[in-house]
Amino acid sequence: MLLYAAIILMMLGLYGILTQRNIIKIIISLNILEIGLNIFIISVGFVEGGVAPIFTSQNNLNSLVFVDPLPQALVLTAIVIGVGTTALGLALAKKIYAKYGTFDIDNMKGAE
Amino acid sequence: MKNFLSLVLVLALGAMIILSLQNNQYFPLYGEVDITERVSESYINRDVNGGTQAVEFGVANNLESGPANIVTAIVADYRSFDTLGEVTVLFVSSLGVALLLATGKQKRLDLHFHPNFMLRVGSRALFGIILMTGIFIIVHGHLTPGGGFPGGTMIASSILLLYLADDSFRAKVKSFKTLESIAGSLYVILGLVGLFAFDYFLVNFLDNGILGEIFSAGIVPIVYILIGLKVGSEISGIIDNFLTEEVA
Repeated sequence: MLLYAAIILMMLGLYGILTQRNIIKIIISLNILEIGLNIFIISVGFVEGGVAPIFTSQNNLNSLVFVDPLPQALVLTAIVIGVGTTALGLALAKKIYAKYGTFDIDNMKGAE
Repeated sequence: MKNFLSLVLVLALGAMIILSLQNNQYFPLYGEVDITERVSESYINRDVNGGTQAVEFGVANNLESGPANIVTAIVADYRSFDTLGEVTVLFVSSLGVALLLATGKQKRLDLHFHPNFMLRVGSRALFGIILMTGIFIIVHGHLTPGGGFPGGTMIASSILLLYLADDSFRAKVKSFKTLESIAGSLYVILGLVGLFAFDYFLVNFLDNGILGEIFSAGIVPIVYILIGLKVGSEISGIIDNFLTEEVA
Protein backbone atom coordinates (compact mmCIF):
# COMPACT_ATOMS: atom_id res chain seq x y z
CA MET A 1 0.00 0.00 0.00
CA LEU A 2 2.86 2.34 0.89
CA LEU A 3 4.24 1.64 -2.55
CA TYR A 4 1.17 3.12 -4.24
CA ALA A 5 1.18 6.12 -1.92
CA ALA A 6 4.80 6.74 -2.92
CA ILE A 7 3.98 6.45 -6.63
CA ILE A 8 1.00 8.82 -6.21
CA LEU A 9 3.27 11.36 -4.49
CA MET A 10 5.83 11.04 -7.28
CA MET A 11 3.21 11.58 -9.98
CA LEU A 12 1.71 14.50 -8.04
CA GLY A 13 5.12 16.14 -7.94
CA LEU A 14 5.70 15.53 -11.65
CA TYR A 15 2.28 17.00 -12.47
CA GLY A 16 3.13 20.06 -10.39
CA ILE A 17 6.44 20.55 -12.21
CA LEU A 18 4.71 20.30 -15.59
CA THR A 19 1.76 22.60 -14.89
CA GLN A 20 2.80 25.18 -12.28
CA ARG A 21 3.84 28.65 -13.39
CA ASN A 22 5.24 29.89 -10.09
CA ILE A 23 8.92 29.13 -9.47
CA ILE A 24 8.43 28.53 -5.74
CA LYS A 25 5.61 26.09 -6.51
CA ILE A 26 7.83 24.28 -9.01
CA ILE A 27 10.51 23.87 -6.34
CA ILE A 28 7.90 22.57 -3.88
CA SER A 29 6.69 20.10 -6.53
CA LEU A 30 10.26 18.93 -6.99
CA ASN A 31 10.45 18.32 -3.25
CA ILE A 32 7.18 16.35 -3.28
CA LEU A 33 8.58 14.20 -6.09
CA GLU A 34 11.73 13.63 -4.04
CA ILE A 35 9.76 12.63 -0.95
CA GLY A 36 7.72 10.17 -3.00
CA LEU A 37 10.89 8.69 -4.45
CA ASN A 38 12.50 8.39 -1.01
CA ILE A 39 9.42 6.64 0.42
CA PHE A 40 9.47 4.30 -2.58
CA ILE A 41 13.11 3.34 -2.03
CA ILE A 42 12.56 2.85 1.72
CA SER A 43 9.48 0.69 1.07
CA VAL A 44 11.55 -1.61 -1.15
CA GLY A 45 13.61 -2.57 1.90
CA PHE A 46 10.72 -3.14 4.31
CA VAL A 47 10.47 -6.59 5.90
CA GLU A 48 7.26 -7.64 7.65
CA GLY A 49 7.97 -7.71 11.40
CA GLY A 50 11.48 -6.34 10.94
CA VAL A 51 13.10 -3.98 13.43
CA ALA A 52 15.21 -0.89 12.78
CA PRO A 53 18.69 -1.90 11.61
CA ILE A 54 20.52 -1.03 14.82
CA PHE A 55 22.13 -3.46 17.25
CA THR A 56 21.06 -2.67 20.81
CA SER A 57 21.08 -4.65 24.03
CA GLN A 58 17.48 -5.71 23.24
CA ASN A 59 17.90 -6.24 19.50
CA ASN A 60 20.72 -8.72 19.64
CA LEU A 61 21.86 -11.57 17.43
CA ASN A 62 19.74 -14.18 15.59
CA SER A 63 15.98 -14.79 15.78
CA LEU A 64 15.59 -11.12 14.86
CA VAL A 65 14.87 -9.75 11.41
CA PHE A 66 16.18 -6.33 10.49
CA VAL A 67 14.69 -4.24 7.70
CA ASP A 68 17.05 -3.71 4.78
CA PRO A 69 19.58 -1.02 5.82
CA LEU A 70 20.95 -0.35 2.34
CA PRO A 71 17.94 1.59 0.94
CA GLN A 72 17.97 3.71 4.11
CA ALA A 73 21.63 4.58 3.58
CA LEU A 74 20.93 5.49 -0.04
CA VAL A 75 17.96 7.66 0.96
CA LEU A 76 20.16 9.47 3.51
CA THR A 77 22.34 10.50 0.56
CA ALA A 78 19.30 11.46 -1.51
CA ILE A 79 17.87 13.66 1.25
CA VAL A 80 21.11 15.60 1.63
CA ILE A 81 21.40 16.17 -2.11
CA GLY A 82 17.72 17.21 -2.15
CA VAL A 83 18.48 19.86 0.46
CA GLY A 84 21.37 21.10 -1.68
CA THR A 85 19.32 21.38 -4.87
CA THR A 86 16.43 23.03 -3.04
CA ALA A 87 18.75 25.66 -1.54
CA LEU A 88 20.30 26.35 -4.93
CA GLY A 89 16.87 26.56 -6.58
CA LEU A 90 15.56 28.97 -3.96
CA ALA A 91 18.67 31.12 -4.35
CA LEU A 92 18.03 31.28 -8.11
CA ALA A 93 14.37 32.13 -7.43
CA LYS A 94 15.42 34.97 -5.14
CA LYS A 95 17.77 36.30 -7.83
CA ILE A 96 15.03 36.05 -10.48
CA TYR A 97 12.57 37.91 -8.26
CA ALA A 98 15.12 40.66 -7.70
CA LYS A 99 15.53 41.08 -11.46
CA TYR A 100 11.99 40.66 -12.80
CA GLY A 101 9.84 41.44 -9.77
CA THR A 102 7.75 38.31 -10.23
CA PHE A 103 7.87 34.56 -9.60
CA ASP A 104 5.61 33.81 -12.58
CA ILE A 105 7.59 32.38 -15.49
CA ASP A 106 5.00 33.62 -18.01
CA ASN A 107 5.41 37.25 -17.00
CA MET A 108 9.18 37.28 -17.34
CA LYS A 109 9.45 37.14 -21.10
CA GLY A 110 9.53 40.77 -22.19
CA ALA A 111 10.83 42.28 -18.99
CA GLU A 112 14.06 44.20 -19.14
CA MET B 1 -5.20 21.94 -22.65
CA LYS B 2 -1.65 21.89 -21.39
CA ASN B 3 -2.83 20.81 -17.96
CA PHE B 4 -4.93 18.04 -19.47
CA LEU B 5 -1.97 16.75 -21.50
CA SER B 6 0.20 16.76 -18.37
CA LEU B 7 -2.50 14.89 -16.47
CA VAL B 8 -2.72 12.22 -19.19
CA LEU B 9 1.07 11.93 -19.30
CA VAL B 10 1.38 11.63 -15.53
CA LEU B 11 -1.44 9.09 -15.27
CA ALA B 12 0.06 7.01 -18.07
CA LEU B 13 3.48 7.08 -16.43
CA GLY B 14 2.03 6.13 -13.03
CA ALA B 15 0.06 3.26 -14.57
CA MET B 16 3.18 2.09 -16.39
CA ILE B 17 5.21 2.03 -13.19
CA ILE B 18 2.52 0.16 -11.25
CA LEU B 19 1.93 -2.36 -14.05
CA SER B 20 5.61 -3.03 -14.52
CA LEU B 21 6.05 -3.66 -10.79
CA GLN B 22 3.12 -6.06 -10.52
CA ASN B 23 3.80 -9.73 -11.24
CA ASN B 24 7.48 -8.90 -11.62
CA GLN B 25 9.57 -11.77 -10.31
CA TYR B 26 12.53 -9.50 -9.63
CA PHE B 27 10.49 -7.05 -7.57
CA PRO B 28 9.29 -8.55 -4.27
CA LEU B 29 5.89 -7.69 -2.80
CA TYR B 30 5.74 -5.05 -0.09
CA GLY B 31 6.97 -6.46 3.23
CA GLU B 32 7.84 -9.87 1.80
CA VAL B 33 11.48 -9.14 1.14
CA ASP B 34 13.93 -11.94 1.79
CA ILE B 35 16.89 -10.05 3.13
CA THR B 36 19.17 -13.10 3.09
CA GLU B 37 19.22 -12.95 -0.72
CA ARG B 38 20.46 -9.38 -0.69
CA VAL B 39 23.85 -7.77 -0.27
CA SER B 40 22.55 -6.12 2.94
CA GLU B 41 22.86 -9.47 4.71
CA SER B 42 26.65 -9.10 4.50
CA TYR B 43 26.45 -5.59 5.93
CA ILE B 44 24.41 -6.89 8.88
CA ASN B 45 26.64 -9.91 9.53
CA ARG B 46 29.80 -7.89 8.87
CA ASP B 47 31.24 -10.44 6.45
CA VAL B 48 31.75 -8.31 3.32
CA ASN B 49 35.50 -8.93 3.42
CA GLY B 50 35.10 -12.40 4.90
CA GLY B 51 34.68 -11.59 8.58
CA THR B 52 33.63 -14.68 10.52
CA GLN B 53 32.97 -13.34 14.03
CA ALA B 54 29.42 -13.46 15.41
CA VAL B 55 27.88 -10.00 15.72
CA GLU B 56 26.76 -9.72 19.33
CA PHE B 57 26.01 -6.44 21.09
CA GLY B 58 28.43 -5.63 23.92
CA VAL B 59 30.52 -8.75 23.28
CA ALA B 60 31.86 -8.80 19.72
CA ASN B 61 35.34 -7.28 19.70
CA ASN B 62 37.05 -5.68 16.71
CA LEU B 63 34.58 -6.65 14.02
CA GLU B 64 35.13 -5.91 10.36
CA SER B 65 33.08 -2.75 10.83
CA GLY B 66 32.44 -1.32 14.29
CA PRO B 67 29.22 0.75 14.40
CA ALA B 68 26.18 -0.79 16.12
CA ASN B 69 24.00 1.29 13.79
CA ILE B 70 24.06 -0.67 10.53
CA VAL B 71 23.07 2.34 8.42
CA THR B 72 26.08 4.19 9.84
CA ALA B 73 28.26 1.20 9.08
CA ILE B 74 27.20 1.50 5.43
CA VAL B 75 27.28 5.29 5.16
CA ALA B 76 30.48 6.08 7.06
CA ASP B 77 32.48 2.87 6.74
CA TYR B 78 31.66 0.59 3.80
CA ARG B 79 30.57 3.44 1.53
CA SER B 80 32.59 6.25 3.04
CA PHE B 81 33.89 7.30 -0.36
CA ASP B 82 30.29 7.74 -1.50
CA THR B 83 29.67 9.97 1.52
CA LEU B 84 32.73 12.07 0.66
CA GLY B 85 31.10 12.69 -2.74
CA GLU B 86 27.81 13.55 -1.04
CA VAL B 87 29.54 16.07 1.22
CA THR B 88 31.16 17.53 -1.88
CA VAL B 89 27.74 17.95 -3.53
CA LEU B 90 26.48 19.82 -0.48
CA PHE B 91 29.63 21.95 -0.49
CA VAL B 92 29.19 22.84 -4.17
CA SER B 93 25.54 23.76 -3.65
CA SER B 94 26.38 26.00 -0.68
CA LEU B 95 29.12 27.54 -2.83
CA GLY B 96 26.54 28.17 -5.56
CA VAL B 97 24.14 29.81 -3.10
CA ALA B 98 26.95 32.03 -1.80
CA LEU B 99 27.95 32.91 -5.37
CA LEU B 100 24.37 33.91 -6.25
CA LEU B 101 23.36 35.72 -3.06
CA ALA B 102 26.45 36.88 -1.21
CA THR B 103 27.66 39.50 -3.68
CA GLY B 104 29.40 42.49 -2.20
CA LYS B 105 29.07 43.68 1.37
CA GLN B 106 26.13 42.14 3.19
CA LYS B 107 23.79 43.51 5.82
CA ARG B 108 21.00 41.85 7.75
CA LEU B 109 17.62 41.62 6.02
CA ASP B 110 15.14 43.85 7.85
CA LEU B 111 12.27 41.70 9.09
CA HIS B 112 10.46 44.70 10.64
CA PHE B 113 9.95 43.44 14.14
CA HIS B 114 11.65 44.11 17.42
CA PRO B 115 12.02 41.19 19.85
CA ASN B 116 11.10 41.85 23.45
CA PHE B 117 13.15 40.73 26.43
CA MET B 118 11.44 37.35 26.86
CA LEU B 119 11.92 36.33 23.23
CA ARG B 120 15.59 37.31 23.29
CA VAL B 121 16.42 35.43 26.48
CA GLY B 122 14.17 32.45 25.66
CA SER B 123 15.65 31.97 22.21
CA ARG B 124 19.18 32.10 23.69
CA ALA B 125 18.25 29.41 26.25
CA LEU B 126 16.60 27.23 23.60
CA PHE B 127 19.63 27.72 21.36
CA GLY B 128 21.83 25.94 23.88
CA ILE B 129 19.44 23.01 24.25
CA ILE B 130 19.03 22.51 20.50
CA LEU B 131 22.79 22.82 19.98
CA MET B 132 23.52 20.22 22.67
CA THR B 133 20.93 17.83 21.20
CA GLY B 134 22.57 18.22 17.80
CA ILE B 135 26.01 17.50 19.23
CA PHE B 136 24.63 14.46 21.10
CA ILE B 137 23.13 13.11 17.87
CA ILE B 138 26.44 13.60 16.04
CA VAL B 139 28.57 11.98 18.74
CA HIS B 140 26.25 8.98 19.09
CA GLY B 141 25.87 8.55 15.32
CA HIS B 142 27.43 5.08 15.40
CA LEU B 143 25.14 3.80 18.17
CA THR B 144 21.72 5.41 17.80
CA PRO B 145 19.65 6.76 14.90
CA GLY B 146 21.12 9.96 13.55
CA GLY B 147 24.65 10.98 12.77
CA GLY B 148 26.52 13.77 11.06
CA PHE B 149 23.83 14.90 8.62
CA PRO B 150 20.79 15.16 10.93
CA GLY B 151 22.93 16.47 13.80
CA GLY B 152 24.56 19.08 11.59
CA THR B 153 21.16 20.18 10.34
CA MET B 154 20.00 20.49 13.94
CA ILE B 155 22.97 22.74 14.76
CA ALA B 156 22.05 24.86 11.73
CA SER B 157 18.44 25.02 12.94
CA SER B 158 19.63 26.43 16.27
CA ILE B 159 21.45 29.15 14.34
CA LEU B 160 18.25 29.75 12.33
CA LEU B 161 16.37 30.21 15.62
CA LEU B 162 18.78 32.99 16.62
CA TYR B 163 18.37 34.63 13.22
CA LEU B 164 14.57 34.54 13.39
CA ALA B 165 14.28 35.62 17.01
CA ASP B 166 16.54 38.65 16.77
CA ASP B 167 16.27 41.22 14.02
CA SER B 168 19.86 42.41 14.30
CA PHE B 169 21.62 39.09 14.94
CA ARG B 170 24.36 38.14 12.50
CA ALA B 171 26.49 35.03 12.96
CA LYS B 172 30.23 35.16 12.35
CA VAL B 173 30.14 33.86 8.80
CA LYS B 174 33.91 33.95 8.41
CA SER B 175 34.42 31.43 11.22
CA PHE B 176 31.75 29.18 9.66
CA LYS B 177 33.68 29.17 6.41
CA THR B 178 36.91 28.38 8.25
CA LEU B 179 35.27 25.56 10.24
CA GLU B 180 33.76 24.13 7.07
CA SER B 181 37.06 24.16 5.19
CA ILE B 182 38.96 22.61 8.11
CA ALA B 183 36.38 19.83 8.58
CA GLY B 184 36.26 19.05 4.85
CA SER B 185 40.04 19.01 4.52
CA LEU B 186 40.43 16.79 7.59
CA TYR B 187 38.01 14.28 6.08
CA VAL B 188 40.12 14.05 2.93
CA ILE B 189 43.36 13.96 4.97
CA LEU B 190 41.92 11.10 7.05
CA GLY B 191 41.28 9.25 3.81
CA LEU B 192 44.78 9.99 2.51
CA VAL B 193 46.34 8.74 5.74
CA GLY B 194 44.52 5.48 5.12
CA LEU B 195 45.75 5.42 1.53
CA PHE B 196 49.44 6.04 2.25
CA ALA B 197 50.00 4.54 5.69
CA PHE B 198 47.58 1.60 5.39
CA ASP B 199 45.70 -0.23 2.65
CA TYR B 200 43.32 2.01 0.74
CA PHE B 201 41.51 5.35 0.75
CA LEU B 202 39.38 5.94 3.89
CA VAL B 203 40.31 2.59 5.42
CA ASN B 204 39.19 2.22 9.03
CA PHE B 205 42.70 2.06 10.49
CA LEU B 206 41.83 2.38 14.19
CA ASP B 207 40.76 -0.41 16.49
CA ASN B 208 37.05 -1.16 16.14
CA GLY B 209 36.53 -1.90 19.82
CA ILE B 210 33.53 -3.62 21.38
CA LEU B 211 30.25 -3.32 19.48
CA GLY B 212 27.96 -0.81 21.19
CA GLU B 213 30.44 1.19 23.26
CA ILE B 214 30.80 4.92 22.83
CA PHE B 215 34.54 4.68 22.08
CA SER B 216 34.31 2.11 19.33
CA ALA B 217 34.05 1.79 15.56
CA GLY B 218 37.49 3.25 14.81
CA ILE B 219 37.42 6.33 12.61
CA VAL B 220 33.64 6.28 12.08
CA PRO B 221 32.77 8.66 14.97
CA ILE B 222 35.61 10.96 13.91
CA VAL B 223 34.31 11.00 10.33
CA TYR B 224 30.78 11.67 11.56
CA ILE B 225 31.90 14.53 13.82
CA LEU B 226 33.73 16.09 10.87
CA ILE B 227 30.66 15.63 8.65
CA GLY B 228 28.45 17.12 11.37
CA LEU B 229 30.65 20.20 11.72
CA LYS B 230 30.84 20.59 7.95
CA VAL B 231 27.10 20.18 7.34
CA GLY B 232 26.21 22.42 10.28
CA SER B 233 28.47 25.26 9.17
CA GLU B 234 27.46 24.86 5.52
CA ILE B 235 23.73 25.06 6.18
CA SER B 236 24.27 27.91 8.66
CA GLY B 237 26.12 29.71 5.86
CA ILE B 238 23.19 29.09 3.49
CA ILE B 239 20.77 30.45 6.12
CA ASP B 240 22.96 33.54 6.52
CA ASN B 241 23.01 34.04 2.75
CA PHE B 242 19.23 33.93 2.57
CA LEU B 243 18.69 36.29 5.50
CA THR B 244 21.08 39.02 4.39
CA GLU B 245 20.98 41.48 1.54
CA GLU B 246 23.49 43.59 -0.28
CA VAL B 247 24.24 47.03 1.14
CA ALA B 248 22.73 49.46 -1.33
